[in-house]
Amino acid sequence: MRKIKELVIEKSLFTSALVTIAVTVGIILVLAVEAVRFFSEVSILDFFTDTQWTPLFTEKHFGILPLLSGTLLTSFIAIAVALPIGLSISIYLSEYAPRSFRKTVKPLLELLAAVPTVVYGFFALIVVTPFLQEIIPNLSGFNSLSAGIVMGIMIIPYVSSLSEDALHAVPQSLREASYGMGATKLQTAFKVAVPAASSGIIVSIILAISRAIGETMIVAIAAGQQPRLTLDPTVPIETITAYIVQVSLGDVQHGSIEYRTIFAAGITLFVLTFLLNTLSYRIRKKYHLKYE
Amino acid sequence: MEPTIHKNNTQDLKVNEVLQKKPPTIEVKEVKVWYDDFMAIKGIDIAIKPNTVTAFIGPSGCGKSTFLRLFNRMNDYIDGYKMEGKIKINGKNINKKKVIVEVLRKEIGMVFQKPNPFPKSIFENVAYGLKIQGIKDKNFIQKRVEKALKQADLWEEVKDNLKKSALALSGGQQQRLCIARTLAVEPSIILMDEPTSALDPISTAKIEDLIRELKKKYTIIIVTHNMQQASRISDYTAFFYIGDLIEYGKTKKIFTNPEKKQTENYITGRFG
Repeated sequence: MRKIKELVIEKSLFTSALVTIAVTVGIILVLAVEAVRFFSEVSILDFFTDTQWTPLFTEKHFGILPLLSGTLLTSFIAIAVALPIGLSISIYLSEYAPRSFRKTVKPLLELLAAVPTVVYGFFALIVVTPFLQEIIPNLSGFNSLSAGIVMGIMIIPYVSSLSEDALHAVPQSLREASYGMGATKLQTAFKVAVPAASSGIIVSIILAISRAIGETMIVAIAAGQQPRLTLDPTVPIETITAYIVQVSLGDVQHGSIEYRTIFAAGITLFVLTFLLNTLSYRIRKKYHLKYE
Repeated sequence: MEPTIHKNNTQDLKVNEVLQKKPPTIEVKEVKVWYDDFMAIKGIDIAIKPNTVTAFIGPSGCGKSTFLRLFNRMNDYIDGYKMEGKIKINGKNINKKKVIVEVLRKEIGMVFQKPNPFPKSIFENVAYGLKIQGIKDKNFIQKRVEKALKQADLWEEVKDNLKKSALALSGGQQQRLCIARTLAVEPSIILMDEPTSALDPISTAKIEDLIRELKKKYTIIIVTHNMQQASRISDYTAFFYIGDLIEYGKTKKIFTNPEKKQTENYITGRFG
């Protein structure tokens, strides 16, 4: 009887693991099949070199570069915001703050990541953009700057929380060794703790970038929907994710070339985040080896 | 508030080296330590003799490590720590507000229980203490690193691999590296907190030889659980029991003819 119970539990656990894998494989398959159909009509070369993305217009261009540049531009702005703030927070929390303070502040910070992104999107459009327009008068109502900044605020906890975990994992004995030689707290933090936790910190940054690249709602609401190959953060752009939303919500015909652009854009996005996640996994594995 | 970083220039340090350092005196009066409500040290008086090895022995939890860490104020960062009493090194109370703890720790080096090299190269480990003082003179650092590694009897083993990660060394080598790292700053007192407890007998013997050699120039205080070690390397022994200093005297006397019953029971292995 007991054996049967064990067997049932084991099989059901195995099945749930299998379902997850099956769903992932299914998604990749659908993406791949539709993308292959897309690339049978549009050459890969055009896809990566054409500087215009106008699949919904009469004169169609299928160059992913404008969407890619929009995605990278907003992500870059987000990281430029999240990196210094997130790292400062993590260093303060792990090296300076009293333990009780750390225990209350860390979960509060993580709440930032729990705010629905649609709220952030409206915050960017209705609060941050008008505020920025007072500083930069020719800023458009939709722009990558405001969307990037707000996205940066959203991913602060990814950087701060994971970096703090990495710093916290640095053995106290290393800090004591440093203090013991007459180092100040500041020197110990930057010359011992941060270098020792560097791989964990890098992983946190990569995951934050990956999150920024995949973020949809904020950019769809606040960055505009105009695919444009530019590095100017004050004009409307469109990211890969925002484009997918736009087409999915529109009335393109199922099975048409416009419809398949979703999958071409989707697989580009997938490959990008997959590469970043693999990289962070590799670094993390190496890092675990170092501390046994 | 963060104490300012003190930069000694290389010239000062060279002068220091030329002027023979006077052997330090250490006096402890009426020292009591609490962790929150727990009284870890219950009022200890002791005077440590310069250029000797003094061993602190006693069962686990008797306060000997806490006591050792008072000398370089390493307990300062522990939550709930509180102390009373006076510790004078060279006649100066080290707990006074105007004492800069970073300067104090330069004078009083520490070697820890487990080897704790930084995840940096061998060279960078030994140079660390000099670099944080703001010393930039590469030649000077190079010489100091070599000297410290030689003093720690590690030079011959690592001289061709100074760029290698310190984590690749064996446990015994790592501990000697940690000693070299401490010596590079040229302290006058070295505190050792069970430095061989994580090492094999051969590595332990090497470190003990090293301690015997070092006492010519340094005052050494060593916490040890190993009674044979205390009797082999120390000149003076202090026996601690539940936050009290029970007996303190010449090692020979403590181990052959202790005055207190508790000491005798401990060193003969009847408890602890």
